[in-house]
Amino acid sequence: MNTQARGVGRTVWVAIRAMVLLTAALGIGYTLVITGIGQLVLPAQANGSIVTTQDGDPVGSALIGQSFSDEEGNPLPEYFQPRPSAAGDGNDGGASSGSNYGPENEDLIAAITDRKTQVAEFNGVTESEVPADAVTASSSGLDPHISAAYAAIQIDRVAEARGIPAAEVRDLVEAHTQGPDLGYLGESRVNVLELNIALNELEG
Amino acid sequence: MSTLTEPRTTTAGTPGRKSGFTWEQVRAALPGAFRKLSPKEQWRNPVMFLVWVGAALTTMLAVVEPFIGGPADSGGTVVPWSFTWAIAIWLWLTVLFANLAESVAEGRGKAQAETLRKTRTSTMANRVTAYEPNTDAAAEQAATTQVSSSDLTLGDVVVVTAGELIPGDGDIVWGIASVDESAITGESAPVVRESGGDRSAVTGGTRVLSDRIVVRITSKPGETFVDRMISLVEGAARQKTPNEIALNILLASLSIIFVVVALTLNPIASYAAAPVSVTVLVALLVCLIPTTIGALLSAIGIAGMDRLVQRNVLAMSGRAVEAAGDVTTLLLDKTGTITYGNRRASEFVRLGGVREQDLIRAAALSSLADPTPEGVSIVELAEAQHGEFDRNTVGEIVPFTAQTRMSGLDLPDGTQIRKGAGSAVLAWIEDGGERSASTLVAELDEYVERISQSGGTPLVVATKDPAGAGRLLGVVHLKDVVKDGLPAKFAEMRAMGIRTVMITGDNPLTAAAIAKEAGVDDFLAEATPEDKLAYIRKEQEGGNLVAMTGDGTNDAPALAQADVGVAMNSGTSAAKEAGNMVDLDSDPSKLIDVVRIGKQLLITRGALTTFSIANDIAKYFAIIPAMFMGVFPQLAALNIMGLHSPASAVLSAIIFNAIVIVFLIPLALRGVKYRPGNASSILGRNLAVYGLGGVITPFIAIWLIDLIVRLIPGF
Amino acid sequence: MTLMYALLALATVAIVLAVLYRPFGDYMAWVYTSRKDWKIERGIYKVIGVDAKAEQTWQAYLRGVLAFSAVGVLIVYTLQRFQQWLPYSLGLPAPSESLSFNTAVSFVTNTNWQSYSPELTLGYTVQFAGLAVQNFVSAAVGIAVAIALVRGFAYRRSGTIGNFWVDLIRGTLRILLPIAVLGAIVLMIGGVIQNFNGFTTVTTLTGGTQTVPGGPTASQEVIKLLGTNGGGFFNANSSHPFENPTPWTSMFEILLMLAIPFSLPRTFGRMVGDNRQGVAIVSVMAVLYIASFSILTALESAGMGTAPGLAGGAMEGKEQRFGIIGSTLFATTSTGTSTGAVNSMHDSYTAMGGMMPMLNMMLGEVTPGGVGSGLYAILILAVIAVFISGLLIGRTPEYLGKKIGPREIKLAALYILVMPTLVLAGTALSFALPGVREKVESTSIWNPGIHGMSEVLYAFTSAANNNGSAFAGLTANTPWLNTALGVAMLLGRFVPIVFVLALAGSLAAQDKVPTTSGTLPTHRPMFIGLLTAVTVLVTALTFFPVLALGPLAEGLM
Repeated sequence: MNTQARGVGRTVWVAIRAMVLLTAALGIGYTLVITGIGQLVLPAQANGSIVTTQDGDPVGSALIGQSFSDEEGNPLPEYFQPRPSAAGDGNDGGASSGSNYGPENEDLIAAITDRKTQVAEFNGVTESEVPADAVTASSSGLDPHISAAYAAIQIDRVAEARGIPAAEVRDLVEAHTQGPDLGYLGESRVNVLELNIALNELEG
Repeated sequence: MSTLTEPRTTTAGTPGRKSGFTWEQVRAALPGAFRKLSPKEQWRNPVMFLVWVGAALTTMLAVVEPFIGGPADSGGTVVPWSFTWAIAIWLWLTVLFANLAESVAEGRGKAQAETLRKTRTSTMANRVTAYEPNTDAAAEQAATTQVSSSDLTLGDVVVVTAGELIPGDGDIVWGIASVDESAITGESAPVVRESGGDRSAVTGGTRVLSDRIVVRITSKPGETFVDRMISLVEGAARQKTPNEIALNILLASLSIIFVVVALTLNPIASYAAAPVSVTVLVALLVCLIPTTIGALLSAIGIAGMDRLVQRNVLAMSGRAVEAAGDVTTLLLDKTGTITYGNRRASEFVRLGGVREQDLIRAAALSSLADPTPEGVSIVELAEAQHGEFDRNTVGEIVPFTAQTRMSGLDLPDGTQIRKGAGSAVLAWIEDGGERSASTLVAELDEYVERISQSGGTPLVVATKDPAGAGRLLGVVHLKDVVKDGLPAKFAEMRAMGIRTVMITGDNPLTAAAIAKEAGVDDFLAEATPEDKLAYIRKEQEGGNLVAMTGDGTNDAPALAQADVGVAMNSGTSAAKEAGNMVDLDSDPSKLIDVVRIGKQLLITRGALTTFSIANDIAKYFAIIPAMFMGVFPQLAALNIMGLHSPASAVLSAIIFNAIVIVFLIPLALRGVKYRPGNASSILGRNLAVYGLGGVITPFIAIWLIDLIVRLIPGF
Repeated sequence: MTLMYALLALATVAIVLAVLYRPFGDYMAWVYTSRKDWKIERGIYKVIGVDAKAEQTWQAYLRGVLAFSAVGVLIVYTLQRFQQWLPYSLGLPAPSESLSFNTAVSFVTNTNWQSYSPELTLGYTVQFAGLAVQNFVSAAVGIAVAIALVRGFAYRRSGTIGNFWVDLIRGTLRILLPIAVLGAIVLMIGGVIQNFNGFTTVTTLTGGTQTVPGGPTASQEVIKLLGTNGGGFFNANSSHPFENPTPWTSMFEILLMLAIPFSLPRTFGRMVGDNRQGVAIVSVMAVLYIASFSILTALESAGMGTAPGLAGGAMEGKEQRFGIIGSTLFATTSTGTSTGAVNSMHDSYTAMGGMMPMLNMMLGEVTPGGVGSGLYAILILAVIAVFISGLLIGRTPEYLGKKIGPREIKLAALYILVMPTLVLAGTALSFALPGVREKVESTSIWNPGIHGMSEVLYAFTSAANNNGSAFAGLTANTPWLNTALGVAMLLGRFVPIVFVLALAGSLAAQDKVPTTSGTLPTHRPMFIGLLTAVTVLVTALTFFPVLALGPLAEGLM
C-alpha cells in the first residue's frame, strides 16, 4: 500500500515536471518561434492581410468581410453587398459566428423569405434570380466573398447608383472573380471589399 | 473406423437418440420447461432473465390496466385493449421456449443417465480386511467382510467373483476375468480384464462373467466413473467453457446497451415527441437483446456434449470439447488408427532355385491352422495366386511362442514347415546341424532388408524334410495396410490447419514409409511414452494445441500434458484419470470425430449469435416507426414491411422473436453442418447463411406474421 | 460539375494520404521502436526523472497517462482562473468555475469542445500556454496509448507494454512538433495570422468601424488539426478567414487532420510484423470515410428541407469560398477524426445531412478516428469482429496470434459500452431531470422542436467521443451542460483508455499462436467487410431509435 502510494506520488511528480517543461517548450518557445518567422518572413499575412486604399489608410482585411450599409443598417446601393452575417450586429470581427439556425427553423425561414424579397427588390431582379449565398448567413459571419451570381445581379444597381456604365462595372467584377483554387477546390468567388475598393478607385 | 464425413453413431444402449427432436421429446421436456420458469433458474442467464422481468412487468400491467382505463397511448398512438395481454403472453412463451430448448437438450442425456443409474444401485461388496499383496495376492486366506458398495473408500480392496457386480472403480491387483461392460459402453461382447498391464481397470457397476479377481478401489464414493458419466450426460456438472463465458460477456454487454437504449428513450422522446408505453418499451428491449442465442446457448452446449456421448466419448469437461476444436497438432497411433491393426500378406518372394508353388504351398500350409489375421491373410493370398487349398490337411500344429518366434506345421510324413522372423528360422535350420549356403543367406538378407525398408514385415519360410535337412524357401511380405481414404482425410485436416503426426513403435525406416503412404505430416518412430511427452511439450512451446490418444499407465503423463487427451476405456484408470476424455469404444481414430464436434459446437454458437444480432435490423424497422408514427407520421417511410398498424407491428416482431427460438431448437441440438475447409471458406459460407440469412429472414417472417395478426380485432 | 469537384477533392485526399502511408507510417513505427534517444530527449528524461530504458507494466503506464492528464487539467484550469493577471489577457476576466473546468477537461481529453466564444472569453496566454500545449500533449497521449495496444499484439510473454514518458516525449518531439512548425508556415503563407496585436479597429470604406482580431493563430491552428483536437482560436473555428483563409488551406487542414490517423495503421502493421494487417485496418477506415463523405455531399447538394429549399441551396452556415463540397469534406474529416473543427456550421445542415457528422462520431470515431484513439478504437472493434468470426469458423478466436478469451472480450465489451451509455444517459438526463430540463429548453436549445433535441444529442455524442464539434446553436455554457459534458468528456476519454491498456497488458502477456490454414486471415476482403459491418451494426442498433426521433423525423418531414 505504502509503496503503491509512493509510486503514485512519484508518478505525479514526474507528470508535473514533464508538464512544466512541455509548457515552456510547446507553449512559449514554439509560439515565439512561429511568431518570429511570421513577423519576419510573412508580415503581411501574419498581421491579417490588411488592405489599404490608395492613400495608404487601412480599411480592413482582405480576408474579413465588412458591411457596406449606412448607420441605420440599410445597404448602400453604390457598393456591392456582402452575404448576410450573424457575427455580432453583422460582420463583427470580434464576434465571429454563424446563425446556427436549423433547416426547419421558423426564424430562418422568415429571414430567408425577407432577404429574398429585399435583395430582389434592391437589385431589381426577380426572386428566382437571387442566389442562395445572398440570402443565407455564412459560417463565420465574416465571409469576405460572394458568389459570381450574386455579384452579377448587383452590377446594374451599382452602376446606376454610381452613374457609370454597367459594362465597366462588369469588367471590374470579372477581374475580381476568382475561380476555384487549382481549378477544383472550393467555389468561384468575388472578394467584396477588394471589388468595392476598386470601384472607388475607378471613380477616384 | 470413424470418418470425418460420416460419423458413426453408436447407439449406446439408449433408445431414440436421434438428432432431431420429436413430439415425445417435447412432451417429456415440458414439465422441466415450466419448472425453469422460476426466477432462481432464470437468473443464471442474464438475457433470458431480462425477458422474464419484462414478461412479469407486462403481465402486471395487463392485470392493472382494466382498472385504470385501458392501456395507455404509446407514442401518440391508441393501442387495442388486448395489446398488453398479447405481449405478455408472447413474452412468457419466449421464456418458455428457451426453457424448452434446454429441457429437450437435457432430456436426451437423461435417458442414458437412467440406464447408468441402474448400475449404480448399491451392491454388497466383499471387502478384504487386511490385504497382504506380497504374501496373499489372491486374498484367499484373508478375511473379508460384507459392506455396502457405497461405503467403499479409496484404497479398499475387494474380491469379486463370477456373476457379481464390481462394486466400484478400481484396478485389478490379482487375477483375470471377463467382464460385461455393456452398461457403460453399450457393447455386448465381454472384455478381458487382468492384473498388471494396460487392461487392469474395471468400472463400478459392470459385471464379472468368469473367474475371480481382486480389485483395489480407486475412486471415492460418489465420484465414481459412472457418477461422473451421469452428471455429464445430464448436463448437471456442465461448467461454462471459456468461449461460452466470453460469448456470455459479449451478449450481456449488448443487452446492457439495449437496456440503456430503452431506458433513455422516453426521457428523450418526451421533449420533441410523445412517450412510449411501458409495454412497447419492454417489447423493444426484448426484440433487441439477443434472445435467440441467449435462449439456445445452454442447449447448444449440452447438445455438443451429447453428440460426443452419442459417439461413445465422454468429455470430462466442456473445456476439452472446445479445445478439441482448436487443436492444431493431432498425435495418432499408427496401429488401429492409420493402419488396420493387423498386417496382411502382400507378396511371396522366393529364393533363387525355389519353385514358386513350393513357397506358396509351404507358406499356406503353415498358416492353415494359424487363426491370427496374419495367418489368414497368407492363406487368402496363396489361394488368390494358386487356387484353393485343401483345408483339411492333417498335421501337428506348432503354435507361435515367444521362445521360438516361429509357428508352423509338422506333416505326418515328418516334414516340418516353419515361418517366422529371419534370425529364428535360420537358427532353426542350423539347429539341424546344417549350414545354409552363404549365398542363399545373403539373398535372404537382401529381401528381408528390402521389405523392412518399405515398412513391411518379412516372414521367412523354411522346411525340414523328414531327414532333418533344412531348406530356405523364401519370404512372405507382410504389409501394414493403410486404411482407405486416409490421405484425403489428412489433406482435409491440413486444410483446416491441423498437423497430423503418426506415433509408432516401428523403426524410423518403416515409420517413414507408412507415414508417406498415409499422408501424415510427421511421424515419431520408436516412440516411448517419454518421447511422446517431449514431442507434446515441444509442440506446445510453439503455441500448438495437441490432441492424442492413449491407454497405458505410461501414457498418463502425455495424456495429462496434451490439451486434449482421449483415454481408451480399455486402458488403465491412471490413463483415464489423466485424459480429459474417455472413449468407451477404445477406438483411437475417433480423435478426428472429436475435433469435428469441437468445431461444430463453436460454429453453432457463432452462427446463432450472428443470426440473432442480424435479426435486430428487421425488428427495428418493425418497431421504430410503430413507436412514433403517432407523433411523426413521416416515419411511416421507415415501415418498409408495410405492417398494418403500430400495435400489429410490435406484436408481430415479438411473435417472431419467440417463434424463431422454436424453429432453431433442432439446429441447436443437431449443430450446424460442418464442412471441412480453410478458415476463409468456412467463414464466407457461414456469414452468408447466418449473417445475410439473419438479415433477410425476419423481414419476410414478420411481414407474414403481421398478415395474421392484423386479423385480430383492434390490431 | 459538383460530382467532378467532389471526386477530384476526394482523389486529392486519397493520393496524398496514399503517398504518405508507407514512409510516414514507417517513420512513426521507428519513433516508437527505436532504441536510441536523442540528446535532447535524454536531457528531458533527466529533468523529469524518468529511466527511459525501463518499460512499464500496463498499470504503471496507465498511472502515467492519468497523472499527466490530471496535471494538465489542473494547469489549464488554474491558468483560466487567473486569466486577468496573465499577460495578453486582452482585459478579459477569468471564466466561471464550471466553464474553466469544462474547458480544461475538454482540451486535456483531446475533445476541444468549446462552451465559450474564444474572442470574448480567452486571452492569448491561456490559449498558447494552456490550450495549445494540450493540443500537442493530448494528441501525443492518444498515440502513446494506441502504440501500447499495438505492442500488446507485438510482444510475446511480456509483462510490460513500453514506457509512457518515452512515448509521450518522442511523439511530441519527433512527430508532432516538426510537422507543426512546417504546417504553421504553410498556413501563414495562405493568410493565417500570427501576431500579438489584440483587437485593432479600422475605419471601413463606408466610414464605419470594424474590429480586426489578432493573435498567435497559425501556431495553434496547425496543431489543432494535426493532433485532431479542433478547438478554434476563434469562435467560428476553421470557417474564420483568419484560421482558414482559402480553399487550398482548407484542403491542407483536412490533410493535416488525416495524416496521422490514416498512417497509424501502417505503423501498426509494421510493429506487428505484417503490413497487410495495417492495410486491412486502413481499408475499413477508408471505406467508411468515403461512404460518409459521399452521403453527406449528396444530401447537402440536394438541399432538402424548408429553409435550404427556399434559399435555393444549403448555404446557410457555409462559406462561399469553400462551397458545399469544401464544407462536407471538412465536416466528414473533422467528425470522422475526432477533431471537431468546423469550416461550416453543422447545426444549419439539412436534417439528414446533419445526421452524418453525428453518425461519424457514433461509429466510435474510427473513420479514421483521432490520433491514436482511432486506431485503438478500431482494434477493439476488430477484437469483437474476430471473436464472432472465430466462433463462425469453429476455433477459439485469435487476432494476430493472440487468443481472444473471456478477459479480452470483457475489456473490449466494456470499452464498447462506455460511449453509448454516456451519450444516451447524458441526453436523457438533460430532459429527465426537473430543473435541468427547463434550463436546457429555455437557455441552451437554440432551435426549437426536434432539432433542439438533436442539438443536445449532438453535444453529448461529441463530448463522449472526444470530438468537440457541435450543433453550435446550443448554448452549452450553463452549469448543467458544462458539468455534464465535462464528465462525459472525462469518462469518454479515460475509461476506454483504462480498458485499452488493460487489454494491451493482457495481450502482451500471451504467447503467439502460430498461423495455420485454420487461422482466420485478418487481412482479406472478407474480414475487412465483416469489420466494417460490425462497426456499422453496433452503431446502428444503438442509435437508431434516437436518430429516428431526431434527424430522421426532421428529415422525413
